[in-house]
Amino acid sequence: MNGNPIQMHRRGLSDMAIKRLFIMPTIVLLILLNIFPLFWSLGLSFADYSAIKPHVKGVNPKWIGGLNYKEVLMDKNIWKYFSITAKYVIMSVLGEFLVGFGVALLLNRKFKAKGLITTLILLPMMMSMAVVGLFWKLLYNPDWGIINYLLGLKKFVWLSNPKMALVAIAITDIWMWSPFVMLLALAGLSAIPEYLYEAAEIDRASWWFKFRRITLPLVSPLLLIALIFRTMEAFKTFDIAFVMTGGGPGDSTELIAINLYRLAFAQWNTGKASAFAYIVLIMIIAISNIYIKYLNKAKEM
Amino acid sequence: MPAVISRKSKITHWIFMFLILVVTIVYLIPIYWVISTSFKPFKDVTAIPPKVFFKPTITNYVKLFTKRVQVRSENELKELRRHAKWYEKGVLKQGQKIIGISPFPARLLNSIISAVFSTMLAVSLGTFTAYGFSRFKVKGEGDWLFFILSTRMLPPVVVTIPLFLMYRFFGLTDSRLGLILLYTTFNVSFATWVMKGFIDEIPREYEEAALVDGYTRLEAFWKIVLPQAATGIASTAVFCFIFAWNEYVFALIMTTRRAQTAPPFIPSQLGIGMIDWGVIAAGASIFLIPVAVFTFVLRKHLLRGVTFGAIRK
Repeated sequence: MNGNPIQMHRRGLSDMAIKRLFIMPTIVLLILLNIFPLFWSLGLSFADYSAIKPHVKGVNPKWIGGLNYKEVLMDKNIWKYFSITAKYVIMSVLGEFLVGFGVALLLNRKFKAKGLITTLILLPMMMSMAVVGLFWKLLYNPDWGIINYLLGLKKFVWLSNPKMALVAIAITDIWMWSPFVMLLALAGLSAIPEYLYEAAEIDRASWWFKFRRITLPLVSPLLLIALIFRTMEAFKTFDIAFVMTGGGPGDSTELIAINLYRLAFAQWNTGKASAFAYIVLIMIIAISNIYIKYLNKAKEM
Repeated sequence: MPAVISRKSKITHWIFMFLILVVTIVYLIPIYWVISTSFKPFKDVTAIPPKVFFKPTITNYVKLFTKRVQVRSENELKELRRHAKWYEKGVLKQGQKIIGISPFPARLLNSIISAVFSTMLAVSLGTFTAYGFSRFKVKGEGDWLFFILSTRMLPPVVVTIPLFLMYRFFGLTDSRLGLILLYTTFNVSFATWVMKGFIDEIPREYEEAALVDGYTRLEAFWKIVLPQAATGIASTAVFCFIFAWNEYVFALIMTTRRAQTAPPFIPSQLGIGMIDWGVIAAGASIFLIPVAVFTFVLRKHLLRGVTFGAIRK
């Protein structure tokens, strides 16, 4: 602010009042519907409580201290679900990175209808994850699905196959989200000044040298943002997997978000689910802190 | 660009063009296949090998929107056929008659209502908040903005456990209002961040000139800043609409019938009786249309949207 602001506003609300009026509603809403519930569930995580059983003082909820946390951390199955989730995150994020960056390198040139083609490739990322999961189920059908037909696989079972189900979901995730990596990589690539390549050209640098010494270092900040964001999202994956397999066959695709949902809203073990949720929450907060830090850095670029 | 393009570079250019075409087709096949399945006659949907050419029909869409019963007697079927309207013919061919409207239009309406109202609320709140942060000195501004965005990163399943209890207490489960509030909260952090990017780009000099001319701060906001931010507001709104439109977890947990939106409804049809993939494909196609249209509308702002306004290009 410059000049003398006090003199400017003889009429109307003061800047201070407007500032409060403009900012407070959002903060209040977020506190009411995000922060307050979080504290509530922190409380529940220390109780033996089921949300569908009648409320009886001292019985439901019953304060049991850290027992829920102990139970979650000692649960062998939950560690198994964590490892399934880790496998899923690695497969899908790595796939998205390779495919997305590859497509971005391919698209980073002048050609006709570039805008149209880029937008068409970005379509999957804008769709509903639940609906995408649903129609990939149609594509994966072992008998008449288009995927088996195009790949020449006869009656290959994808989703009902404990060995392939997680891979099949990851492929769907890669189809949907590699365009996201592509979009960020493309932005990074198109910002690289042409003269760097021209200078390298004069030095007769090889393709690999240019890629390693010019392209990669200059795109990496944006790629990193894409990767952290996707890691966080893949870690939280629920919609696609829940619609495609519901955690099955067996528990081969039981991602932690699905298990958490089951614990909370099918078994109604609200107390234990809250403790589990808090453990997941701490992990997510750790990743999102890194993410937002990098976002702020990118802003200053 | 050299005036004469060498033959070698011309060939590489065509190789790359070919690759780009292949990649685009691979990305589009799933979408194409759903849309084409939605227009397939009943027996062609599960044909082996998959049918690329078929006689398109709208029967799947008619079935999506209607409740039907199987007609037992041949005579009744003949009679019905004689008076059949254009949309009834395909259904009658499968021996069914229409007896009413399916729940789908109501679910679609729920999707529209919760997406539209939550978008309006989130974008208004977000624009105000963004202006506040953009133009005034706020103590701990970075921390506040960080707090606002971090609420967006929370996994929905985690927040829903206590929210479910809270909503039950206030009677907000399975209500549109409840869903609108949730989506507003979910989107307001996004709207704040993206709008802050847009408002930061509007030079302060415009408002300051208006203030000197005797405008109040509010008048300057309405008459100077908002019109300048119109493009930003519109694209933020489209993003918020898409997020709410696509949302699944909250809708799955918080709504069951009255306020249920389309994303949890369409997959729930899988479990009921025989799976009619043609009808499900029709539902998915209808649901994807607004998103596809909006993606084209937004194409210049996509990068900005997916990075919460941090990267502007």
